[in-house]
Amino acid sequence: MKKYNGFLLCGGILTAAMLLFILLGCFWTPYDTTAMDPNAMEQSPSWQHLMGTDKFGRDILSRVMEGAASSLFIALCVVAIGCFFGLIIGALCGYYGGIADAILTRVCDSITAFPSFLLALVIISVAGPGTYNIIFALGILFIPSFARIVRTEYVTCRDLNYIQSARLMGAGDLRIMVAHILPNTLTVLLSALTIGFNNAILSEASMSFLGLGVQPPTPSLGYMLNESRSSINSTPWYMLFVGATIVLLVLGFSLLGEGLQRQAQED
Amino acid sequence: MKKHLAFFLAMLMLLGLLCGCKGATGKNTSAGMKDNSITVGIAQDLDNSLDPYKMTAAGTREVMFNIFEGLVKPDKDGNFVCAVASDYSVSSDGLVYTFILRSGVVFHNGAKVTAEDVMYSFKTCASTSVTAALVEALSAVDAYEVTATQFSIVLKEPNPDFLSYVCNVSIVPKDYHDQDTAPVGTGPFKFQSRRVLDNFVIVRNDDYYGQKAHLSKVTYRILEDNTALFTALNSGSLDLVAHLTIDQTKNLTNGYRVAEGTMNLVQAIYLNHDVKPFDDVRVRQALCYAVDVDAMLKLTSGGHGTAVGSSMYPAFGKYFDESLANAYPHDIAKAKQLLAEAGYPNGFSFTIKVPSNYQPHVDCATVLVEQLKAAGIDAKIQLVDWSTWLSDVYKGRNFEATITGFDSSTLNASGMLARWETGNGKNMINYSNADYDAAYRAARATADDAQQTQYYKQCLAILSQDAANVYLQDLVDFVATHPKLKGYEFYPLYVMDMSLLYWDK
Repeated sequence: MKKYNGFLLCGGILTAAMLLFILLGCFWTPYDTTAMDPNAMEQSPSWQHLMGTDKFGRDILSRVMEGAASSLFIALCVVAIGCFFGLIIGALCGYYGGIADAILTRVCDSITAFPSFLLALVIISVAGPGTYNIIFALGILFIPSFARIVRTEYVTCRDLNYIQSARLMGAGDLRIMVAHILPNTLTVLLSALTIGFNNAILSEASMSFLGLGVQPPTPSLGYMLNESRSSINSTPWYMLFVGATIVLLVLGFSLLGEGLQRQAQED
Repeated sequence: MKKHLAFFLAMLMLLGLLCGCKGATGKNTSAGMKDNSITVGIAQDLDNSLDPYKMTAAGTREVMFNIFEGLVKPDKDGNFVCAVASDYSVSSDGLVYTFILRSGVVFHNGAKVTAEDVMYSFKTCASTSVTAALVEALSAVDAYEVTATQFSIVLKEPNPDFLSYVCNVSIVPKDYHDQDTAPVGTGPFKFQSRRVLDNFVIVRNDDYYGQKAHLSKVTYRILEDNTALFTALNSGSLDLVAHLTIDQTKNLTNGYRVAEGTMNLVQAIYLNHDVKPFDDVRVRQALCYAVDVDAMLKLTSGGHGTAVGSSMYPAFGKYFDESLANAYPHDIAKAKQLLAEAGYPNGFSFTIKVPSNYQPHVDCATVLVEQLKAAGIDAKIQLVDWSTWLSDVYKGRNFEATITGFDSSTLNASGMLARWETGNGKNMINYSNADYDAAYRAARATADDAQQTQYYKQCLAILSQDAANVYLQDLVDFVATHPKLKGYEFYPLYVMDMSLLYWDK
């Protein structure tokens, strides 16, 4: 009998709920996310404003919905960039080896040697803040971790018997890489994806917290967290709701990743 | 065993937390009350040099005001009162200023103030001061005449503002060369010690000639992080912090008193006139009509703050014209019409660079974007840090629009208005208007005070009609003090006078 996988279930439900919430925010929010109302400033949660209002009288729920959507979008793009290029670089390096492999691996190592956040700050200060620059900066930083994981898989797989057989049967390098080795990396890649996704969300929030990411008045979770900091006593719910959204988003994906990994180990 | 230890430690932490909470609230005595001292929190370190002629930052002048004095000094109403001089007179043609030196004034190092020192101060100031306006005013001095008790300044041409510059010439001892690190002046407080990025300590000058300070010692603690500053204030380890935002005052839970004044500056959306479409007066006027200053004040500072309408703040009662604040009532239809006339019927978009360390500016920019949307104008905010703002926006003039505040370092109208003259080095918006230049020059050339005031008012009216900038407000300034610390006074200058403060025990 199969063991009951609580991680997968909880993670799946939580993630699905958050995605639904965010997807809804893309099409509909209770209020305009930037509309200010001088008559409804700093209101506590009520039926009109489920999460209350901020110091400009903007509806926090609407802003959280849109802010989470932009965080998610950035995180998706970042992981997509990191995964795509990481996969290509990792596969080529791992499969062929040689000098190119040695050089690229060292380059990846040297990128990881710097605190990733610091490097992102440098890129942003050169390119200027903004949504696309953040994606670009974080995307580059996410390449090495994926590349390394994929490379290790390719290194272990390339000399296995079934690959040798495939090669003897006349299969081309590309076919071996894509059809024979790639499926073997998927389990590791999947958990790397969920972890990377969490890191991307947190990095984006940190950058926006410092005012380097999404520029106000466009809502973003990090910037809202920064805003709420100054009014932690007068409007504590602001920080609470924004913080909870980030936590739930990250927690959902963490559980999902953990669940997937356990599932894979059992299979 | 380990489990017990963990439990014990956890309990200890909880206890610590509870004690911490208790300590933070309901405390009604300050450590400073015992030895008659206070601790003041400031948000930035002082300039590297403490030399009175080399100070650039307003935050440095704010502190050093307690150490240095001129022949005259400003009081809380903006009048000039005698300091190192005991009396002064101006000749009827406005060319000769005669100061009687007060007898018995001594420097902090014990030396007596002589007419020689005064002369040395004026000459050194004229040649080394970093304040351009001050150097310019002193360059119009024809001669200094010195006797043992008297000091006269002969001007080449009359300058009704001259006294405001005299007040900026700090009197320092002759041939004393350590002003950079150990400043010596004549003020009610003297310098004691300094630790860079940590603290700055001044103590009472017991030999002060006038009303001696009540406090024996003032320690400025430098807390550059806004949150750290606020936390220190709220926990009661600071007795006084100025320049708080309304959010911070709302979150203050330790029972401190909050006094309200104004910052004495002109906050505006400054537009770069060299950039399209801001070279068109109709576009600038449209912006003015599209912005609702009253609503902005309500949203950003709970209605506190004063609308200004031109480059002058209300503390300058003589020049400030209230009617200019209403020159552009909120009128979206008119804004759209003006935009259409200027060739932008569908609006336009621009980027506004905002210094991210000044929350009031960021808040106003946020509201601005929302207000301009109604007129079809798409403004984008770009947050920049302070050093980038200084190099890129202020010095490099590489911007479309920005939001900031300008004050007058010399307590006179030209401190506010000189910068808008064509070609002025501080004219960051590249403003150029022949009428304005003429009016400003006429004001500078007039000896008659009433006539000069008239010209300055004309300058302000031109700035308003020409919509040189989108003028917003003189920001509200909140000062939090310990409930038993009394005597805080707001000045029409960016200073904190420590000599008036006292503990009410």
